[in-house]
Amino acid sequence: MSSLTSNDARFVEPEGARNYITHDYGALSWLLTKDHKRIAILYLISITALFMLGGFFAVVMRIELLTPEGDLLTSDTYNKFFTLHGIVMIFFFLIPSIPAVLGNFLLPLMLGAKDLAFPKINLLSWYLYIIAAVMGLYIIITGGVDTGWTFYTPFSTQYSNTHVFGVTFAAFIVGFSSILTGLNFLVTIHRMRAPGLTWFRLPLFVWAMYATSIVQLLATPVLAITLVMLMFERVVHVGIFDPALGGDPLLFQHMFWFYSHPAVYIMILPAMGVASEVVAAFTRKKIFGYSFVAYSSLAIAFLGFLVWAHHMFVAGISVYSAMIFSFLSYFVAVPSAIKVFNWTATLYRGSVALLTPMLYILGFIGLFTIGGVTGLFLAAIGLDVHVTDTYFVVAHFHYIMVGGAVMAYMAGLHYWWPKITGRMYPEWWARLAALLIFAGFNLTFFPQFILGYLGMPRRYHAYAPEFQVLNVMSTAGASVLAVGYALPLCYLIWSLWYGRPAGPNPWGAVGLEWTTSSPPPMENFHETPVVTWDAYDYPAMLKAMGETQNV
Amino acid sequence: MPLWIYFAVFAALTAGTLLTWWVSTIDLGMLNTPIALFIATTKAVLVILFFMHVIHSPRLTWVVIIASFLWLGVLFVLTFADYLTRTWKIY
Repeated sequence: MSSLTSNDARFVEPEGARNYITHDYGALSWLLTKDHKRIAILYLISITALFMLGGFFAVVMRIELLTPEGDLLTSDTYNKFFTLHGIVMIFFFLIPSIPAVLGNFLLPLMLGAKDLAFPKINLLSWYLYIIAAVMGLYIIITGGVDTGWTFYTPFSTQYSNTHVFGVTFAAFIVGFSSILTGLNFLVTIHRMRAPGLTWFRLPLFVWAMYATSIVQLLATPVLAITLVMLMFERVVHVGIFDPALGGDPLLFQHMFWFYSHPAVYIMILPAMGVASEVVAAFTRKKIFGYSFVAYSSLAIAFLGFLVWAHHMFVAGISVYSAMIFSFLSYFVAVPSAIKVFNWTATLYRGSVALLTPMLYILGFIGLFTIGGVTGLFLAAIGLDVHVTDTYFVVAHFHYIMVGGAVMAYMAGLHYWWPKITGRMYPEWWARLAALLIFAGFNLTFFPQFILGYLGMPRRYHAYAPEFQVLNVMSTAGASVLAVGYALPLCYLIWSLWYGRPAGPNPWGAVGLEWTTSSPPPMENFHETPVVTWDAYDYPAMLKAMGETQNV
Repeated sequence: MPLWIYFAVFAALTAGTLLTWWVSTIDLGMLNTPIALFIATTKAVLVILFFMHVIHSPRLTWVVIIASFLWLGVLFVLTFADYLTRTWKIY
């Protein structure tokens, strides 16, 4: 073991040495791999395919909504499309996106470890994901499901004649994939940190993954239990949710949202982690209020469990509990705002480089803020009653999930792409795609705030003619967004062969992952690193490099 | 852990099961459910402490288990905040 400085790249492989990609060849070497980096690549390919499928459903829905009449899809087919869009995007893309791809790849590298704590369990989690995805695809091909991604009872248990059992079983299985990933990360962060890498020297991405893993581990089993109860009631008619049998439909909603609201934080907490890394790297500054940002991740993970019934204000819960949940929902805004303010404070007088990852993160900060603030509208009981089940809600959660989580995923993918592949992506095209995605996203979803406030309900294939102009704007935005997402797919694949070699640290960033080769060797580091510096020690790095900084 | 402890815990669990059955034959009114839950909880604690070896586990394991039950408590308390107050009429 030896100590190293924050910008030391002593673990860099000699030219032509084998890395995790060239270490072994053949399909089986990938399908049976226990290497966290290869499993991350397997996840990357899988979730990209599922993202395209979910995107396809969205595009067809937006085309349907170009005109007020239901002239492309029947109402039944439209029901299936929005259900499948939600299920695919949430369970098969957003939940695993940053943790399973970037987290899997980076966590051991950031901790100075050779792999995750349980490599076989890591591979098992990918296989569970694939089994669930194949089940989902089979169900889509054989008729689909029309309950909405929320599987609300009594429709899902008594009335829907689509493949409810199969798709809930697929969601049940993919939940275990998520649990295993969270378990692996928690144990790895606790047990496998490099010497000297104390908790408050950890990158904030690791803190974010830690908080995410807690949520995955504590919330997902409740979803599993809830879905099992749903399947039992549907198949053998035990009385859990059916009032005729002594059950209560709202019990399903309570238990479903006990998972599914924290699931929003499974999506957004990793995104916040990416934001912290990128903001620090592209401003050349320490994150302002590091410990506040770290603790706010844990606070979000905890408070996220206390707010679920704000999804149920009009469902028939008691006024007393609605007041409690409304009150508690406002609390989540505090740690989220702490993060936004601290990123903004980090930008202040920083040496900001407007490269692609930073463009995405600036978009993320703005869009997440809009999504968060409109979330406060929905936490207010009176306003929520007005806009429940309208496009206002659709716009709000897309600002969080797409404007927040997907923007940060794209930022992270570009930021660490040179590390993952050893190649640079084409910067000009990447900036163009980032701007197209930002513009397309806002054109798609901002009109939906207005539509919702004016009273257009969600989940219908036809609508009143006065809503058409805003719907045409939204569909036009979706087209721009689709082009924006297609571009990275093309140029990132192109860069695998034609991209400029990246070198170990193309951004001049600090952090253990940048001290090893790109792509990293199979064992990540040739010798265990000893960490003697704080996270984001850019001032020290710049001083060492003899540069001046405007601080 | 000595083998006899496992057998003793197993005997206690069997006794608890028989006790649950016996209590169910007596009408205790409002206490029916609380007593059944009390016996079941005691059995669960025995399983966690001895069969899952938590009694000899490090402090971090205790933290994880206590946190899990705390989270379960959150689910129960806030769900009952709805169920137990639905008859309020102060609209």
